[in-house]
Amino acid sequence: MTWSIEPTLPEGWELVVGLEVHVELATATKLFCGCANRFGSEPNTNICPVCLGLPGSLPVINGTAVKYAMLLGRALQCEVRPSVMARKNYFYPDMPKDYQTTQYDQPTNSDGELMLADGFTVGVERAHIEEDTGKSTHVGGGGRINDAVHSLVDYNRAGVPLVEIVSHPCLDTIEHAKAYVSGLRDILLAIGVSDARMEEGSMRVDANVSVRPVGSEELRTRCELKNINSIRSMGRAIEYEALRQIDLYSNGESPRQETRHWDEAAGRSTPGRSKEDADDYRYFQEPDLVPLVPSAAEVAAIDDAMPALPSARRSALRQLVPAVSVSVEVIATLVDRGQDELAIAAIGKGADPEKVVTRLQHDLAVDDFSKITAGAFADLIRMETSGELTATQAKQVLSEMVETGGEPRPIAESRGFEAMPTDDLAGLVDQLIADHPEEWSRFVGGDDGDRKKMQGFFTGQIMSSTKGQADGRAVADLLAQRSAG
Amino acid sequence: MSDRITRDEVIHVARLARLELAPDEVDAFTEQLARVLEHAADVESLEVDDVAPTSHPLPLANVYRADEVTPSIDRDEVLAQAPFAEDHMFRVPPVLGEEP
Repeated sequence: MTWSIEPTLPEGWELVVGLEVHVELATATKLFCGCANRFGSEPNTNICPVCLGLPGSLPVINGTAVKYAMLLGRALQCEVRPSVMARKNYFYPDMPKDYQTTQYDQPTNSDGELMLADGFTVGVERAHIEEDTGKSTHVGGGGRINDAVHSLVDYNRAGVPLVEIVSHPCLDTIEHAKAYVSGLRDILLAIGVSDARMEEGSMRVDANVSVRPVGSEELRTRCELKNINSIRSMGRAIEYEALRQIDLYSNGESPRQETRHWDEAAGRSTPGRSKEDADDYRYFQEPDLVPLVPSAAEVAAIDDAMPALPSARRSALRQLVPAVSVSVEVIATLVDRGQDELAIAAIGKGADPEKVVTRLQHDLAVDDFSKITAGAFADLIRMETSGELTATQAKQVLSEMVETGGEPRPIAESRGFEAMPTDDLAGLVDQLIADHPEEWSRFVGGDDGDRKKMQGFFTGQIMSSTKGQADGRAVADLLAQRSAG
Repeated sequence: MSDRITRDEVIHVARLARLELAPDEVDAFTEQLARVLEHAADVESLEVDDVAPTSHPLPLANVYRADEVTPSIDRDEVLAQAPFAEDHMFRVPPVLGEEP
């Protein structure tokens, strides 16, 4: 399987991208207090002394958030290890405590990976637990932070549980970066730990981008892109940044390590102010929270409860359908739509795999296909394969099955699609044989190739004269019967 | 004066805390912080090779809270104690520097 080569980068350059993905966990409450974790509440209604950092308040970690984080870690093949929380100190009004409680040198999850549909494996360095910050609105200066007159802060989001998933700087194309983020989203939805909505900020992506000459192994100066609101926007932002850096190198200059803000409307990024260095955050272990030490039994229980993940579902379906006629993309589409289970069950009931996939791909691109049972769907595919229904008829029956959840045979009959009665069919076959003695003798006396070709001829004639209502298998049976007799 | 900390380091640390120090304050804090560090250096002279690092005095792990919503506090009461509030939010000066 080859993926299209990036058409956007000038020849001789390659992309090096690492992604930091922040995911809000779908818990009922915040990470360290019982305030509701809810998007869209009235400003500052989900706040308490703990998430406001008032003196004397003490955090206690949310057990469900820790469980979700470990579940996500295992879904990404991470090692789940004993971990501690740490304080990341910085002075900014989005965090009233003046530090963010996060994990530093001992994260809960490390050394994982995510395999993309084309087999490319993205290394996951770590997936650690931390709290989200409050939300600032900059007033004046058109909402731009650099020109703001003042800022308004809503602390509803402060303390919402997050997992930050940090990839290795191993993404080599925009397509892989997009596939990685959408793969993460699929996993998050499959295991149910986040609603992963980029537009609502429950999944946020920062991209570290650098470029280097093709064949080089060096990691050059990177820029961190923020304010990316969709997968598509991420692709544009990375492309813009890579071209900007290549342009600098081509002019004998070098990019500066900095954070840049992506402006989706303008299609460009602008530099932010320089960030503090890791040392300046003065990380130290959080004295108010005790270590998290998952037992082997706890991790085993998480593995046991793990639902089938999209990559495993893709390979399960992949194994059942011929690789030559069904592409990687089609398999991925069916898994995305959640139709893999139906496909596998129908194939298990004897329906032709390729036909199953074709019908699902082209004729079942609907949100709700829940009324269709595997048995009914397999019957429909069999009716089509045997020639009882033409392709057009099968599609019409299928669309009625989507609406009513009915069985294909009665639906076909009610529409007058039923197969010809065998007696009528026998008459037609006999007439056809009488009209085409030469073809018939080739069918009866010819070699295998001739016989096959003539069977196609006779079946085609019958199908055309009956407008597709004849049962292909019954025609074949009649031909065999007549030639033997 | 001790060489435990330089004036530049004091200025840097003050900037991280968004503190504006007058030159004579920088001198005063450089001297005071140096004395603090000097005192901490006494601890470094102890033999601690056999002592495991301790961040928590109690041998506890896995202390969890149930994921159940408890009442939040009244926002008007909180905002009444803020220096400035607007539209039910805390109003703060525009802050220099990036969000982390």
